[in-house]
Amino acid sequence: MGVNRIFIAGMGAVSPAGWTVGALREALDRNEPLPTQTLERPGWNKPLPVRRVPNPTVRPEFLTHPRLRRTSPITHYVVAAALEATGGLRANHDPGFRLGLVVCLQSGCVNYSCRFYEETLKDPTTASPLLFPETVYAAPASHLAAVLGNISLANSLVGDPATFLQGVSLGAQWLEEDRVDACLVIGAEETNWILADALWHLERPAVLTAGAGALCLCRKPEWSTGVELAAITDAHTYSSQKNRTQAACAMRAQLGMPASCRPVVSQPNEEIAGRMPVLPELLCDGVGNGPRTDKAELEAWRDWTGPRLSPKRILGEGLMAATAWQCVAACDAVAGGRFVAANVSLVGSNQQAIGARFVRSNSDISHLSGGGPPGNIRP
Amino acid sequence: MLFPTTSPPPTPPRVVITGAGIVTALGRGWKPNAEGFRSGRTAFRPVSLFDVSRQRARSAAEVDLPATLPSTRLGAKQLARFDRAASTLLLATHEAWQQSGWEPAENLPFVLGTTAGGMSFGEAYFRQAAQSPLRHRHQPTRAVYYQPQVQARMILEALGANGPVTIVSNACASGSNAIGHAWELIRHGQAERALTGGYDALTELVFSGFDALQALTTTVCRPFDAGRDGLALGEGAAVMALETLESARRRDAPILGELIGYGTSIDRHHLTQPHPQGDTTLKVMQQACATAGVAPDDVDYINAHGTGTILNDSSEAAAISHWAGTRAATLPVSSTKANIGHLLGAAGAVEAVISLMTLREQWLPPETMFETPDPACHFPIVQKPRDAHVRVVLSNSFGFGGVNASLILRRWA
Repeated sequence: MGVNRIFIAGMGAVSPAGWTVGALREALDRNEPLPTQTLERPGWNKPLPVRRVPNPTVRPEFLTHPRLRRTSPITHYVVAAALEATGGLRANHDPGFRLGLVVCLQSGCVNYSCRFYEETLKDPTTASPLLFPETVYAAPASHLAAVLGNISLANSLVGDPATFLQGVSLGAQWLEEDRVDACLVIGAEETNWILADALWHLERPAVLTAGAGALCLCRKPEWSTGVELAAITDAHTYSSQKNRTQAACAMRAQLGMPASCRPVVSQPNEEIAGRMPVLPELLCDGVGNGPRTDKAELEAWRDWTGPRLSPKRILGEGLMAATAWQCVAACDAVAGGRFVAANVSLVGSNQQAIGARFVRSNSDISHLSGGGPPGNIRP
Repeated sequence: MLFPTTSPPPTPPRVVITGAGIVTALGRGWKPNAEGFRSGRTAFRPVSLFDVSRQRARSAAEVDLPATLPSTRLGAKQLARFDRAASTLLLATHEAWQQSGWEPAENLPFVLGTTAGGMSFGEAYFRQAAQSPLRHRHQPTRAVYYQPQVQARMILEALGANGPVTIVSNACASGSNAIGHAWELIRHGQAERALTGGYDALTELVFSGFDALQALTTTVCRPFDAGRDGLALGEGAAVMALETLESARRRDAPILGELIGYGTSIDRHHLTQPHPQGDTTLKVMQQACATAGVAPDDVDYINAHGTGTILNDSSEAAAISHWAGTRAATLPVSSTKANIGHLLGAAGAVEAVISLMTLREQWLPPETMFETPDPACHFPIVQKPRDAHVRVVLSNSFGFGGVNASLILRRWA
C-alpha cells in the first residue's frame, strides 16, 4: 500500500451547464438533457449539433490576466475550473506552498490549430505567429501556471478520455513522494466544427460539448472536502488480445464491488453510521447516447443494480472534460453526503478502461448535510 | 492498481538501459547516427514533404524512411495506417526491443513524448473537410489514427506486448519528461521495466508555425554562436528499454548505460520565451544532480537543449554557467540540434540516446558550423570531433509552455 492517504481538497467544473460545480450539479439533478445548438460546418448545409458552454453571467476577473489575452476557450475553462477547485487552499497557504498540475487532453487546442492551419494553407506568409504557440497541448497548463504562480511541477497528458484517471494517479504519486503539497488534475476540451465533424464520423448520435473538470488532491485531512481517493484500477489497455468490452469488464472486476448496493466507508466509524442514513454506493458511468461507444461499458456493468449517474446523457460528449465531470460529479455526490462512496467507470474511446472509487472520509464529516439522491440518479 | 500503489522500495533500484533505438535524418539505427554525430555531420536539405516556397526558411532535416518497415506482428493493412511519425517510432522501438532481448509481455509501461503525434492525419483531415466537404472517404480512419495513443498501441501490438500507454506532451521537453516518468515508475516500484522515448515528424503546420514566429534559421543552425539566427527543424524518434539493474542481471542482459538523475519544473515567465537568466533551467539541473548524487564537477559533457534561437541559448548559457561555477571553464557543451535540427517532442529522447552513445563510445559530438561563442557562454563548445573520457552526461530539454527537464546518464563499465 502507498504510504499516504489522498483526499479531495476541491473540485471545479465548467460545462454546458455553467461555470461552477453547482451548475453542473443542478443540471444533473434536473435529469434533462441540456438543449443543443448547431455549429455550422463550412461547405455543408447540414449543421452539426453541439452543446456550448454558456457565456459566464459576469466576465471572470481572471480574464484580465495579461497571459490570458489571446488564449482560446480551453484555457479559460481550465483556469476557471482550477480556480474553483483551489478556492479553499488559495486563501491560506504559505509562500512555500507547492502545487502540482496535470492537464489531460484528448483533442486539446483545436480552435487555434485549425485557424492557424487554415491561414497556412491560404498564405503562410500571413499566418499569425500569435496563434501558433496556442496550438500546443501544453499551452493551457502554461497559462494556468502563470495565473496561479505557485505551480512547481506540471505535466500535460494526452490520451483517450480514460487518461483523466492516469492524471489523478500521477498527482497522487507526486503527493506520496512529497514533491507537491497539493495537485490539480484537470481534464479539458474545446469545440469547433472540425472536432464536431470528426465525432459525427465516429459516433453519429453523440453531441459534442466542451469545458473542464478539476480535482484538487491533497494529503492533509484538514484540507479535505470530506472525500478520499480509495482506489484507481490498472489501466486496461485495449489490444488484439483484449477488446474494449474485455478491458471494461477487467476494470469493473478490479474495482471489486458486489453487483448491488453496498455502503462503504474507508474505515468503520460508528459516529457516521449513527448519524447518517446508510446510503448505497453510486456508479458514475460514461454512458451517453452512442450505442456503439456505450456497448462495452453497459456490458461491464450489466449486473449493477445500484444508483447510477450518467453525466454524458445530460451534458453530451465532452471527451476528456466529460470524464473529468464524471469524477467531479462522483466526488460532489460523496462530499454532499448523498453517498458514502462513488465508483467512476471510464471506458475510453481507443486506449484504455480505468475505474476509480472515491469514499467519504472519516476525518472530516462536519459539513455533511445528507440529502437525497439527485433526480437523475437511476436506482 | 494505479492507486494505492505498492510501497516503494526502501532504496530505489538502479535503472539501467538495455536497449536503444534511434531514427534521425542522419540515419536509421545506432551505427549511422553514431558515425554522423561523432564526425559532426549535418543532415539538412530542402524540404520535400510539403510546399515551403512561400516560407522564409526552406530546409529541414528529413528522415529517409525505408521502403518497408521491419517485420513485426502487424499486417500490411495495419502498417498502411502508419504515417511518418508512427513509422519512425516503429523503427526506433523495434531497434530498442531487439537490442533489449525482451520477450512479449503484458503490463509493460510504454511512456512516450510527442508534440504532434499523427499530425499528418490531422492535416489531411482538415484539408479534405475544408476543400471537399462532401467527401468523407478516409476521414474516420484519419480521426482515429491522428491520436498518438492509438499509434502507441499499434507499436505495442507490433511487438506482441501490452501495457499502460502514457503520452506526455510538454512541447519540446516531452521526450525527456517521458523518459523521466518511466524512470520514476521503475524507481518507485511500480514497474520493473518500461519502454520509453519520443517521436515527432515534420508537418506543414509545425514548420509554418516556427516560420511565422521567425524562429527558423535562414542560414545555418549554430547553437550558442554569437551569430546564430534561429533553429532548424528535424524529425525522428528514439526509444529506450529501461529496467532495474536486478532485472537486467537476472537475465544476463548487456547493459548500455545507467539513467541516474531527472529533474523537471515549469518556467512561468512566458509561453514561448524562457526566463532570461534560466532560473528554471538551473533548478532542474540542480534537481537532476541531487537525484543522481552528482555535482557539476562529476559531469563530463552537457548535451544542451541549444535550439539556436537568440533567447533560448542565452538563457540556457546563463543557467549552465551559473550551475557549473568554476567547472564551466572546462565543461564541454554542444547541441546536436546543429546536426539534425530540433525534433520537438522527440528531441529529449533522441538526445538521451546520443548521450548514451557518447558514454558507450567515448567521444563528444561537435558543432562543426560553430564560429564565435555567445558572450553568455562561460563554457567551451565542442567544435571538432574528438575522443573524450565520458563517465556522466547531462541532457537538457525545454518546451513551449515552460516545462524544463534534465536527465543524467552514467557510463556502464
